[in-house]
Amino acid sequence: MPFIPHTKKDTEEMLDAIGVSDIETLFDEIPDELRIDSLAGVPDALSEMHITRLMRERAEKDGAPLCFIGAGAYEHHIPTAVWDIATRGEYYSAYTPYQAEASQGTLQTIYEYQSMITELTGLDASNASLYDGASGFAEAALMAVRVNRKVKSGRVLVAPGVNPVYVKVANAIAGRQGITFESLPADPQTGNVELEQVDDSCVPVAVVIQQPSFVGTLEDVDRLTDWAHAQGALVVAVVNPTSLALLKAPGHWGQQGADVASGEGQPLGVPLSSGGPYFGFMTCKQKHIRQMPGRIVGRTTDLDGDPGFSLTLQAREQHIRRSKATSNICTNQGLMVTAATIYMALLGYEGLARVAARSHQNTARLIDGLCAIDGIERLYEGPYFHEVALRLDRPVAPVLEALAARDILGGLDLSAYCPDIEDALLVCATETKTDEDIDAYISAMQDIFHSRSQTQPRKSA
Amino acid sequence: MTKITDKLIFEKSRSGRRAFAQAPQFDSDINIPQQFRRPDRPNLPEASELQVVRHYTRLSQKNFSIDTQFYPLGSCTMKYNPRACNALALLPGFAGRHPLGPESHGQGFMKCMFELQEMLKDVTGMKGVSLTPMAGAQGELAGVAMIRAYHEARGDDERVEILVPDAAHGTNPATATMCGCIVKEIPTDSEGDINIDALKAALGPKTAGIMLTNPSTLGVFERHITLVDELVRDAGGLLYYDGANLNAILGKVRPGDMGFDVIHMNLHKTFSTPHGGGGPGSGAVGVNDRLLPFMPIPVIGADVTGGETVYRWFAEKDLPQSIGRLSGFMGNSGVLLRAYVYMRMIGRNGMRRIAEFATLNANYLMVKLEESGFELAFPNRRASHEFIVTLKKEAKSYDLTAMDLAKALLDRNYHAPTTYFPLLVPECLLIEPTETESKETLDGFVDAMVHIANAARDKGETYKEAPYTMPVRRLDDVKAARQLDIRYQRDSE
Repeated sequence: MPFIPHTKKDTEEMLDAIGVSDIETLFDEIPDELRIDSLAGVPDALSEMHITRLMRERAEKDGAPLCFIGAGAYEHHIPTAVWDIATRGEYYSAYTPYQAEASQGTLQTIYEYQSMITELTGLDASNASLYDGASGFAEAALMAVRVNRKVKSGRVLVAPGVNPVYVKVANAIAGRQGITFESLPADPQTGNVELEQVDDSCVPVAVVIQQPSFVGTLEDVDRLTDWAHAQGALVVAVVNPTSLALLKAPGHWGQQGADVASGEGQPLGVPLSSGGPYFGFMTCKQKHIRQMPGRIVGRTTDLDGDPGFSLTLQAREQHIRRSKATSNICTNQGLMVTAATIYMALLGYEGLARVAARSHQNTARLIDGLCAIDGIERLYEGPYFHEVALRLDRPVAPVLEALAARDILGGLDLSAYCPDIEDALLVCATETKTDEDIDAYISAMQDIFHSRSQTQPRKSA
Repeated sequence: MTKITDKLIFEKSRSGRRAFAQAPQFDSDINIPQQFRRPDRPNLPEASELQVVRHYTRLSQKNFSIDTQFYPLGSCTMKYNPRACNALALLPGFAGRHPLGPESHGQGFMKCMFELQEMLKDVTGMKGVSLTPMAGAQGELAGVAMIRAYHEARGDDERVEILVPDAAHGTNPATATMCGCIVKEIPTDSEGDINIDALKAALGPKTAGIMLTNPSTLGVFERHITLVDELVRDAGGLLYYDGANLNAILGKVRPGDMGFDVIHMNLHKTFSTPHGGGGPGSGAVGVNDRLLPFMPIPVIGADVTGGETVYRWFAEKDLPQSIGRLSGFMGNSGVLLRAYVYMRMIGRNGMRRIAEFATLNANYLMVKLEESGFELAFPNRRASHEFIVTLKKEAKSYDLTAMDLAKALLDRNYHAPTTYFPLLVPECLLIEPTETESKETLDGFVDAMVHIANAARDKGETYKEAPYTMPVRRLDDVKAARQLDIRYQRDSE
């Protein structure tokens, strides 16, 4: 019996102690008409050897293509030590640290995580993480509404550069609570917010700014932050943690800084793994902490006066407040946060800055090479971090298919995400790509554009 | 364990020290204008690779975990997490796959996910499964949102009340509120079943649905489930199944057959994915026919052409009435892979055995503790896969509270049971051994419980200051909240 230790003798002794003749009797409170005999849809058990073989075959089938897709999840080198330690049984198979004295490892790790992520974002307070960047954004919007109680509009203004999936997720999670998400107008040249065209008849409760934007551009975050604060709105920043080694921290945006920062933590040592498990980080100004959702770890002292760690401010949470909690959220992404903490400790600021700089340079090399091809140009002007939108003279989907046939994942077809953008491709080259990798992509793209057999430019182009 | 204070990694940091093997080279200026650049230098640790490895390895050793201790945590299903599940989910082809990679480079992964959906449908008796919710609480959110969407699609806009038993997990009412619903609590009767009169009184034209856990968080099977089903249905409401306790009934009875319209499963409980020190979870949802159009997206579908099966994402176009997306991509896919491997290793017959031996262990432990003088909250009932001991008597006679006993257990190398939940049982210990623990472990736990209680009763032993042998003594939670210290700051030392 896989993972069940009972010998026949054990079972007999236990049944005897209970005073029943067989295990089936233990289910006698379940009405007979509801009982089932077998599960037709579950196959017979496989041994570890057989499931290993099956999973290897399937993993190999998906291969190891050269990947230039970003769009919210980024391939970075993960030092071996990160997951070697994170998957130690003492981290991997531990429960939520409610029994603080028996959970000091996890608790101190989260405290160190909170310290690191507040440093990166330039804000005062962090929680122990949320599910992922998208749901974290929804929670950040809900938090902003709770904090900014004097504004009753429920109107959250979203910069055009915010990941469109995040807005969908926020609508699904928060849309039932009287919140509306409205897009700010965009300047077609830069892709960034066009403040002159904003309808300011109704005070927004919050303004959301993503930096770098989903399409890779850099917003004038100082101006936007000051504008939003002048309107009486809170500023929610959505940021990429790797970029914060180079780019201005949300806590320092404008005169007063963003009020809440959130984002996808995956770039900090978490494998791509088809989209999860990742973690969402969230930090805020000290004065807003009582409206923060999720677990928070604090440092305190024990009976001997020695330092120790425990979950704190639990009066915000669902297991105490029930229907009046700040959120229904219960779990954080403990294991991913453990990995991220080890990742940040190993890299330090210098290492993270090098990852960021190398990713920026690799992307620059890729863009220069691709834009030298007739029929490819940048969609927007201006500076970028490690991701850029390109305009092609032809539909993107067949180009991506032709690249995939050569085992190159050439980027994201933006038209599927941003319906008003046509023939645009979002590309990213992180530090994991060598010059040879980048040149292989450029050369494949040249072939595809030159041989007219597979893809063709639109006639008007 | 012995008491050791480990400095923070920040305090071990030395300016200029680095883990050099981890830093890529770059060779020219960064072409980003100064206005966007960061002028300050964030304070991350500066440490060697060995220092970092040693630091976090040492910290890990300060944790209790399933791999090192027995964890009889009620409602949490702390069973063994098989090593193979982790190793196989992290195979390079899976771990390295970008979530937005083309379906052509994802058929292996997608086949696993499709088969997982099919297996989960079968074990729950539901018609459709969406894997995207990232934790139990998010599965609950999806479920309640689907119930509302269902009523609204029928023009039944007034149904905004969600009924929740008073024994329910706190996420139930919190979720209902997040979905814009009004929560009505239903009391429990003295035998642990739902109070039918109170239920009847609460039902009405505003009832959207009821959220139930069965077996309940009281550790007993809700015997009136068929009646509850009829009453709620007659009132026009839907039934939501909280799958927290699915482990107790696997292969024995299915939520779909009990009449539930929608369920969430805690894959990190029943299907043994790791708790990870507080996550990631995974809260797949199952639905019956009525709620199929409203499932959260994406789900994985199979197109069969010319004898060949091609897996693809079903999203907005395929499910236009969906409640939408709950995660940036498709949920905690790596957790789902672990659950898939686990289910394949357990197999058809193994599913039943999980429920059988989890129930055997719980009933054995319950009988042994009762024989040893502990009082059960529901002595006339069978245990499901968990049960409740109340220390009401011990607390009154010799001041042994649930908290004291929990902390004293830590000193005897057992994790504490769940304490003070459900809230309606005084001095409550909710105990769930799971099927993966041996008889010797259960006997040892009984001995520890008896030893602690006897010492309190006979020798006046108090445990107000326990534990004594952990890396820290009992912590000052009041100070933690009042003098908030939630991050290291360079100048704070």
